Amino acid sequence: MNNNHQSDFRENLKNRHTIGKWFYIILLACLLVGLLMLTALIIDLAVEGHAWIRPELFSNYHSRKPEQAGMKSAIIGSLIVMALTGLFSFPLGIGAAIYLEEYAKKNWLTNFINININNLAGVPSIVYGMLGLAVFGRMFGLFSTDSWLVKLLHLKVGEGTLSGLQFNLFGISWLEIHLPFHKSLLAGALTMTLLILPVVIISSREAIRSVPNTIREAAFGLGATKWQVVSKQVVPIAMPGIITGIILSLSRAIGETAPLIIMGAFTYVPFLPKSIWDQFTVMPIQIYNWITLPQTEFRVNLAAAGILVFLAILLTFNAIAVLLRKKLEIKW
Amino acid sequence: MKEELSNSTIISAKNLSVSYGSQEAFHGITLDIPRNKIVAIIGPSGCGKSTLIRCFNRMNDLVPSAKVSGDVFYNGQNIYGPNVDAVQVRRQIGMVFQKPNPFPKSIYENISFGAKVNNYQGNMDELVEKSLKQAALWDEVKDDLTKSGLALSGGQQQRLCIARALATEPEVILMDEPASALDPIATLKIEELMQELKEQYTIIIVTHNMQQASRASDLTAFISLDRTRVDDRVGVLVEYDLTEKIFIKPAEKETEDYISGRFG
Amino acid sequence: MPRELFERKIKQIQDEILLLGSMVEQATLDATAAFKNRDIPTSITLVEEDQMINDKRFAIENAILIQMATQQPLAHDLRLLASMLIVTNELERMGDYAKGIAKNTIRLANREIPTPVRDIEKMAELGVSMLHKALSAFIKEDIKVAVSIPKEDDEVDTLFNKCYQSIVNNMIANSKIIDDSSLLLWIVHDLERFSDRVVNICERTVFIKSGEMLEMSSNDDETE
Repeated sequence: MNNNHQSDFRENLKNRHTIGKWFYIILLACLLVGLLMLTALIIDLAVEGHAWIRPELFSNYHSRKPEQAGMKSAIIGSLIVMALTGLFSFPLGIGAAIYLEEYAKKNWLTNFINININNLAGVPSIVYGMLGLAVFGRMFGLFSTDSWLVKLLHLKVGEGTLSGLQFNLFGISWLEIHLPFHKSLLAGALTMTLLILPVVIISSREAIRSVPNTIREAAFGLGATKWQVVSKQVVPIAMPGIITGIILSLSRAIGETAPLIIMGAFTYVPFLPKSIWDQFTVMPIQIYNWITLPQTEFRVNLAAAGILVFLAILLTFNAIAVLLRKKLEIKW
Repeated sequence: MKEELSNSTIISAKNLSVSYGSQEAFHGITLDIPRNKIVAIIGPSGCGKSTLIRCFNRMNDLVPSAKVSGDVFYNGQNIYGPNVDAVQVRRQIGMVFQKPNPFPKSIYENISFGAKVNNYQGNMDELVEKSLKQAALWDEVKDDLTKSGLALSGGQQQRLCIARALATEPEVILMDEPASALDPIATLKIEELMQELKEQYTIIIVTHNMQQASRASDLTAFISLDRTRVDDRVGVLVEYDLTEKIFIKPAEKETEDYISGRFG
Repeated sequence: MPRELFERKIKQIQDEILLLGSMVEQATLDATAAFKNRDIPTSITLVEEDQMINDKRFAIENAILIQMATQQPLAHDLRLLASMLIVTNELERMGDYAKGIAKNTIRLANREIPTPVRDIEKMAELGVSMLHKALSAFIKEDIKVAVSIPKEDDEVDTLFNKCYQSIVNNMIANSKIIDDSSLLLWIVHDLERFSDRVVNICERTVFIKSGEMLEMSSNDDETE
């Protein structure tokens, strides 16, 4: 009886293993193609730029002479913008995520909001630039000399480069407020905040969702209120995921050029910003500027050097994110 | 049976029914839980046993589609009454779940959490030690209370969860199949623990394990499908009596069939 | 089918109990006939064959314990298995009575003494017939039959009293036969106890079905 059934299995071992081997090779090739291109790019950059990675690159501002040009203001500008963006997007992103995951009722309205947040994450960054310009940079022209608001409230607005309203909050000297924000670091940071906010919300929600429901049940069972459950158990457990999400979003944002160009980040900034109201520039814009200049030293070498520095900072960001995740991760 | 019950009732369900949306889970359950006894709730799956005990500490409030009708009295007060805060009920009626679920924190923090959120003013170290001792876990962990709760074995984790529930100084402990994820030795430890705990607390345990119910409980309630509702799966209380009676000479044929494994 | 294996095992044990019962019935009738005919060789064989009854009793007991350990019986099943253990024990003791009659036949040898043979035979026939009906009711869990059997025990008791009186009177009349006559007392005593144990089996039958322990003692006082 056994033999009858055995012969129905034409196992075809040799062919099956051969097909497997071929697919293994194909998949490996796919990986190698990508890796090779990346390696080629980095080698190319290193060859062209390594000689120009010298202290001057970090201590000098941009100059017309390539030997004296550096990206000091760009590096500092990028770091400050990223810091401010992180500062703004952290509470807004987490707050929205906590509300959507823990408090909002699961009805059509919440679904509608969720779909829109997902869509916003895919909007081209240049649109955020235009949004930022209108809302933060110019504030719809509400503070120009001929706006209805100025006329209504008889506000004293400056003209020209100092256009807009300027006053001190509560009379405190360092709590200066400039309205609108013009082309300041503040405006740039707020624009970038809008840009990464949808992604931060989405990744924070994922982190919150990944907290097992059994934890919430246990906490409720002990007589904790909803806020206590959320603040003392859910959010702390989700925090590694949330922080990693923000750092990864920031490392994406650090390379965004278009929105900041529209916001008015300048290409020639020969000073370090002293306050959030000052003008600024960022690394991608500086690099772009160098690429457009005719001299080879700018176009090829300094640009390559700038890209290498930029990549190094980017990789550092990512490394921090990975390390933090590993260190804070909970082993269930 | 009457003498057992007149020994003061701590929780009393009166005509309790629960539905999730349009689907009724169980219907018209009335029973009294006497103080300092262990009551086992047995019955086939899907008849609402877990749902029933979740009414006792208002955990069903957390499920948006759940509708509870009828009353539950705790020490004479209706916990579904208008002025009752569910949070307060849950401090006094604690719960241990099927799969051990310690917080991803240290043993100490696991136990102190319940006390902290309820604004405990006393000596926390003493409370932690007392709770761990009552849960028969103190000797095994006393050398390092900073160790993560997740580093313990399954049986230890479940005893940690029991200690955690005890730390809010409840009167009643609800257990939803507490040993179903544990090996036989750990299971027996939990059952022994229940016998010790019943001197101070009242315990209500849902279990699928007939032998556990017969070994460990004083009274047993059998909840099964309502035979008059053929198209639905709705639970009703079929029989509720002393454990010895239920397992040697049950009054209802349905009970007899279920515990002899001749159900269906 | 839920618990089909368990049901089969129970049926097997019940068959064995019926077998043990018929072994006991046969041994009792044979021992009584051997006594009537003073058949020593048969009596000797009967004493040896009691070992088979003991062996079977232990085999049944073992089978029951295995089911209790492995099947965790509850409610009716629990009462059934517990009762089967007790009934097996009763049957083994009843087998010992048959052995006792055979031993006393051997001791009596060929010596002639006045003996209420007819009544002794009747007691044995009644007892065996009661046992047969009781075991059948036990297996079938037939309470109606079970509660009707103790009445017949009254008849056995009446015969016992009659025999006892007759033997004692003979002993008083002739002191030389006291030793041998006392052996007769043992025989009728064993047959009376035989029927009492059948009543125990009937009590167990009621217990399995209803969970109630009913004392079904006969109207006369028992002599022990």
